Amino acid sequence: MSPRRRREPEFMSYYGRPILKEPTWAATDIAGYLFTGGLAGASSILAAGAQHTGRPALARSAKLGAFGAIAVSAVALVHDLGRPSRFYNMLRVAKPTSPMSVGSWLLAAYGPLAGASAVSDVTGVFPAAGRLAGDAAAVLGSGVASYTSVLIADTAVPAWHESRRELPFVFVGSAAASAGGFGLLSAPLDESAPARRTAVGGALVELAATRVMEGKGDLVSETFHTGTAGQLLRAARVLTAVGGAGAAILARRSRVAAAASGAALLAGSALTRFGIFAAGQASTRDPKYVVVPQRERDGVRPATVPA
Amino acid sequence: MTTTQLGMPRVGFFTDTSVCIGCKACEVACKEWNAIPADGPLELTGESFDNTSALGANTWRHVAFIEQPAAPSAGGEHDGVRWLMSSDVCKHCTEAACLDVCPTGALFRTEFDTVVVQQDVCNGCGYCVSACPYGVIGQREDDGRVFKCTMCYDRIGVGQEPACAKACPTKSIQFGELDDLRERARNRVAELQASGLHDARLYGDSPDDGVGGNGAFFLLMDEPEAYGLPPHPVVTTRHLPQMWRHAAIAAATLLGGVVASFVGRQPARLRDR
Repeated sequence: MSPRRRREPEFMSYYGRPILKEPTWAATDIAGYLFTGGLAGASSILAAGAQHTGRPALARSAKLGAFGAIAVSAVALVHDLGRPSRFYNMLRVAKPTSPMSVGSWLLAAYGPLAGASAVSDVTGVFPAAGRLAGDAAAVLGSGVASYTSVLIADTAVPAWHESRRELPFVFVGSAAASAGGFGLLSAPLDESAPARRTAVGGALVELAATRVMEGKGDLVSETFHTGTAGQLLRAARVLTAVGGAGAAILARRSRVAAAASGAALLAGSALTRFGIFAAGQASTRDPKYVVVPQRERDGVRPATVPA
Repeated sequence: MTTTQLGMPRVGFFTDTSVCIGCKACEVACKEWNAIPADGPLELTGESFDNTSALGANTWRHVAFIEQPAAPSAGGEHDGVRWLMSSDVCKHCTEAACLDVCPTGALFRTEFDTVVVQQDVCNGCGYCVSACPYGVIGQREDDGRVFKCTMCYDRIGVGQEPACAKACPTKSIQFGELDDLRERARNRVAELQASGLHDARLYGDSPDDGVGGNGAFFLLMDEPEAYGLPPHPVVTTRHLPQMWRHAAIAAATLLGGVVASFVGRQPARLRDR
């Protein structure tokens, strides 16, 4: 049975009020960051590969793309804080139990490396150090592009937490599709073959992992198919599929087709993030997504009556 | 090492809803003692006598009012309505998700094993708000920081009981050492059961539940969800190692996949260099 046609479950609630608080995060800041962080991280890997294989134009555009995207990310993350002036408290402690703490330290290391790599490439200053920074940014970039899945899955938000197995793959696929797309958009054709392959591979992983995530058929997965989230994710699927097909078939010969495919992949990746974000919000607004799965789950009942 | 392992007793709340009369003295005392601002102009919800609606940044005790149809009793005890009232509060979980995910260390565990926000450290990232499986902690919009029950950290530090427990006229809210409270609660629920109130059950008392037990637990007269409580919450961080493993595999896949995209023939222009 399609999750869309599932019968409304019967459950008790307190005047239908939500049990959970809706995330305080603004979609433009945090869903936006999920996209720009992925774009930055995967672009850094692409940049390092381009550098080592003698593709200077692709390397430069990917480095600039990574730097630009991570700079936007930093602004969005600080902007989203209730007290932006206290952003530095993020580096007050290092806590492995907090994905946000892990991410803060990751960004504190990755951001300057991505910046140094881009600045060195453009200005020609300290080329050896710049290349080293680029390599380090590539390794850390894989973390930047993937940890964000843990960031949102490590919450009580049903749609995110119940997608914890698939989300990392959705996110790295989406990151690769966007970075490949950006490479197709910005690099010349004779250097963009790796960007094309990254874009196609990323799009396939993004589409497949999203399909698995959305298609589990449990109650919570209906939040991926309905409302704003459903619209965003349907649009994302079309854009990613079209962009991926364009990258695979047309982007080899035509600069215009390459750029159009790249733009579609970037838009598809962004909409995937906004769609997943919206599904999470929706899953906190209705208590059924808390009560029904918890009732169905096996385990120790918190409400106990002594024997 | 937790403070209880150091030999200091863990304190908590036992909220016995079977004797709650819905007076809201706890809500008022909490607001007064902790100088919590109003949520805004009073709006009548039409939901029985509850116009507070939920816990949040500006509501650290919330009295729920539930009216249920019931068979009229012979003694005229009720007129076809069963009243359930319950004063909800932060659960001060043994495994506290808010505390686990807080990136600044603003949330900390006190020497009483309670969970408190340091307001001079919180930068309002909101992670705890999404992590709490009970929807307790909230962000004050005009302030930006998050706020919740401190179990009157200032009062218990000088040997006083929290304001809500002090103000409760029926001892529905009991404060004390958690072990004592658990024993008292077990006796109370047995007493109620013996007197024919078979709906009586404890919520959050078991250290084996999904959050390792609550520092503030309840005696309820119906299913938890009737009171707006999640029936079987599990602290999200229980799955964190699994999540990091999946993310690590995904990160390696990304790194390997992009590197693999460079394998193959280089374009002629690049080969000739």
